[in-house]
Amino acid sequence: MNDATVHQEPSYLGAPYGLAAWLLTKDHKRIAILYLISITIFFAIGAGFAATIRAELVTPQGDLVTADLYNKLFTLHGVVMIFFFLIPSIPAVLGNFFIPIMIGAKDLAFPRINLLSWYIYVIGAVITLSVVISGGLDTGWTFYAPFSSISSNTDVTTAAVGVFITGFSSILTGFNFIVTVHRMRAPGMTWFRLPLFVWANYATSLIFILGTPVVAITVLLVAAERGLHLGIFDPRIGGDPVLFQHLFWFYSHPAVYIMILPGMGVISELVANVSRKQIFGYSFVAFSSIAIAIIGFLVWGHHMFVSSQSIYAGLVFSIITMLVAVPSAVKTFNWTATMYRGSITWDSPLFWVLGFMGLFLVGGLTGLFLGTMGLDVHLHDTYFVVAHFHYIMVGGGVTAFLGGLHFYWPKMTGRMYSEPLAKVSAMLVFFGFNLTFFPQFILGYMGMPRRYHAYPPEFQVLNVMSTGGAMVLGTGYFLILIYLLYSLFKGPKAPANPWGATGLEWQLQSPPITHNFHEIPVVTEEAYDYLHAPAPQLAIPASPREVTHE
Amino acid sequence: MSNAAPTAKPHPKLQPHFHSMEQQLEASTLGMWVFLVTEVMFFGGMFMAYLVYRNMYPHAWVEASHELNWQLGGLNTMVLIMSSLTMALAVRAAMLGQKRGQLVNLSLTILLGCVFLVVKFFEYKAKFEHHLVPGPHFDPTLEQGMQIFFSLYFMLTGVHAAHMIIGIVMMTIILTMAARDSFNAEYYTPVEVAGLYWHFVDIVWIFLFPLLYLLGRHGA
Repeated sequence: MNDATVHQEPSYLGAPYGLAAWLLTKDHKRIAILYLISITIFFAIGAGFAATIRAELVTPQGDLVTADLYNKLFTLHGVVMIFFFLIPSIPAVLGNFFIPIMIGAKDLAFPRINLLSWYIYVIGAVITLSVVISGGLDTGWTFYAPFSSISSNTDVTTAAVGVFITGFSSILTGFNFIVTVHRMRAPGMTWFRLPLFVWANYATSLIFILGTPVVAITVLLVAAERGLHLGIFDPRIGGDPVLFQHLFWFYSHPAVYIMILPGMGVISELVANVSRKQIFGYSFVAFSSIAIAIIGFLVWGHHMFVSSQSIYAGLVFSIITMLVAVPSAVKTFNWTATMYRGSITWDSPLFWVLGFMGLFLVGGLTGLFLGTMGLDVHLHDTYFVVAHFHYIMVGGGVTAFLGGLHFYWPKMTGRMYSEPLAKVSAMLVFFGFNLTFFPQFILGYMGMPRRYHAYPPEFQVLNVMSTGGAMVLGTGYFLILIYLLYSLFKGPKAPANPWGATGLEWQLQSPPITHNFHEIPVVTEEAYDYLHAPAPQLAIPASPREVTHE
Repeated sequence: MSNAAPTAKPHPKLQPHFHSMEQQLEASTLGMWVFLVTEVMFFGGMFMAYLVYRNMYPHAWVEASHELNWQLGGLNTMVLIMSSLTMALAVRAAMLGQKRGQLVNLSLTILLGCVFLVVKFFEYKAKFEHHLVPGPHFDPTLEQGMQIFFSLYFMLTGVHAAHMIIGIVMMTIILTMAARDSFNAEYYTPVEVAGLYWHFVDIVWIFLFPLLYLLGRHGA
């Protein structure tokens, strides 16, 4: 540690000051904070829908909400959580904040477009959520035609337009990242010295720019069919609703990897840090991100095993689905190998790493069940599917996001949060999550279909367990919100490198200055050079001079 | 990655997060190319639908294709190819710092873009008059698949026309910048990037014209 902690320069948070300066900022770090605030709001909204769903499912009778309202609740829960929380979560918050810093750049390549992407996101979200007062949305987040394009009596057109607009925000984020990584790396920052977080976000950006436009045009076609009678999927005039499913899943399956790949990037950073060891098999982990992004585009048909797709096509999709497990397993094994004989530190990031690895493992392996054609016929549209994708997207995605948020919080805000509370909440989230969703595997296996507000009484015990777990999970999330907010005002000031981590971002002061670097750094080391990393230092020492030489 | 040493006095158009004009130009061009990849996928979804339905309803597709006015479509193709030429000349004029060349060629590009839209307007108008617009007023005597053809026709050409309008707005901005002597051999990034976009929109039409107006007219 040098004595950068002693004299602090004005950070990006303070200068320039004022609301207008924040709303018109071109600083990638401030835009990341804007995203963080907005996705937190949408997470709370989506969680509210989920809470109502779980409350309804405590009893077998549909007694809390009507079937119609229930349809709207799970639809909006899915739409909000996927499009407005999960997809932007890690890329737009942590990626936006750290990709330029990690590669030694002063900003993303297109700062104005970066700000534009946030405004597009907010506008799209407001339009989509306006359906709450204009009749709701009951198509499920998948907008399946012809129900969405002809039958539904809810405000599908507005929601489709909102999702269409929001899509451009992801496209612009992805395109900014790709150009930035190609053109803005500091001297000496070669591709194979990039932190794995950057690789993972690069792979995610490929999906953003290749997949998102397809779903954008698809929902636009649905809106045109509803609003302008331009029948594309309407079976009454000879249209093919299955074509909608093909186009939709061509994006929406890769979108799952949008939600998990950046999380894998975060975990790669964290796992090297908590093991205090160079990551095992760097290039394998890097290329497995690209492999997941590419193979992810070739498996969409596994969502359609029971929708009149050719059985031979199904067979091919099933085999390719198994292939995705290979790069995912490469990552998991490499993380485990990194921890093996590492010097494990028991700081709060470790808890998120372990939580992620456990939950992602269960989620990933049950994905293989569903990718098997014969088994999927039995499990299709049951709670088994619900449990599976929540293990990936919440157990994997949200846990990784929270892990990353905890790891980078001192750098982003310049404040330390309470370590004991962080560990408690990580465990609450882990146990609450498992209690919520593990029973759903059993429910699905026993045949309980998803998307119904009432169910046979023999499923009640498991449903009550699930709702109880959701309360624990919610408490965990709420606790995080409380102590992170508290740390902003009362938390101790963070040193430059509290975790003793490697990487350019930890050589800057916490929080960084507006332009990140006074002079563009020259990189001479591999990533994760933990042999030469400083020791963790969770608080600023009383007299910094004493620790400079160890 | 190029790493040219920054000159003593940075160019006034150099944004602070880039270290050289060269890096700035490279980033902007790469950015436009990446964006065009996105655009390809955007139109790709509709081309996919076209492919599927063409296979399902080959006869209706030929019938519907006969309802389109290939002369007007051909005229528009010529107009757009001409506009691509004037666009390329405008970029060259910007690189050479020739103000007059930029103004003339950019104005011609805008004009040709407008001509395209006017012709398109009359084509659309004819479709309304002949009851070829999908929906309740679609001519019920026509074959079933034809309604899907026209749905796709309006979506594809409509989205293309929207891109044309965006392009024309973009060119107007570039034109006003050119009039204020913004571009020279050192800084012509906006013209170059807008030019890439314009050529892309032209190329989409080069695919749309044969697919919608020509294919199968004389066969099947």
